[in-house]
Amino acid sequence: MPVEVRLPTVLRPHAGGQSTVSANGGTIGEVLNDLVANYPAMAGQVLTEDGTLHRFVNVYVDDDDVRYLEQLDTKVSDGATVSILPAVAGG
Amino acid sequence: MLRLAPEVYTQIVGHCLRGLPDEACGLIGGDPAGTVAAKCYPTHNEAASAKLYTVPGKEFLHADRDAEARGMAIIGVFHSHTHTDAYPSATDVAQAPDPGWHYVLVSLRDTQPVLRSYRIVDGRIDEEPVIVDPPAGPEGSVPGAAQ
Repeated sequence: MPVEVRLPTVLRPHAGGQSTVSANGGTIGEVLNDLVANYPAMAGQVLTEDGTLHRFVNVYVDDDDVRYLEQLDTKVSDGATVSILPAVAGG
Repeated sequence: MLRLAPEVYTQIVGHCLRGLPDEACGLIGGDPAGTVAAKCYPTHNEAASAKLYTVPGKEFLHADRDAEARGMAIIGVFHSHTHTDAYPSATDVAQAPDPGWHYVLVSLRDTQPVLRSYRIVDGRIDEEPVIVDPPAGPEGSVPGAAQ
């Protein structure tokens, strides 16, 4: 089913400037793969080459960080909002 | 150039001072098409370190939602350096998440805090002027501010 995906400012240029796009999938992995299929310029910025979540990216289903759930196997239900945010850190 | 609403400036510096002896950090909200920082989002430093900072993901999420509800976006990040200059470290450059952001550094090395702002694009650091708007006068006027 289609879900709403909120994009961080750094990825919006790859989606024609949109802050929110639609993607299909029943799990986070499916949603992110669909996102990259629709917006190929995002390839490598959300998922790594071996298909895992990029370590500098955090993904939320509503308020929950998928790293604390089932990672890419986290189920996404109807009406949920997926938010992608970059990790913000430094020294 | 980065313009700071006066309360944003005081909130940034105050949060950094309160974070001692560790580095403090937070996010800056504003109009993504402009250069005005209209809202400060102080966050915890998940690293709890005098040398590193990490903005907790969930606090970024909440700040991002709040900014969006206000018609703004997160346009930058600030953090403190407890013993070094207000200049991006190699770690700051390597982990800069967004080339469109303003990167505000506050040095607490000396008695007076020093605040500077930078753009970091493809590893290149460019300092930008920071202007702190004066506080609004009576009836919301801003004496002396550019219109």
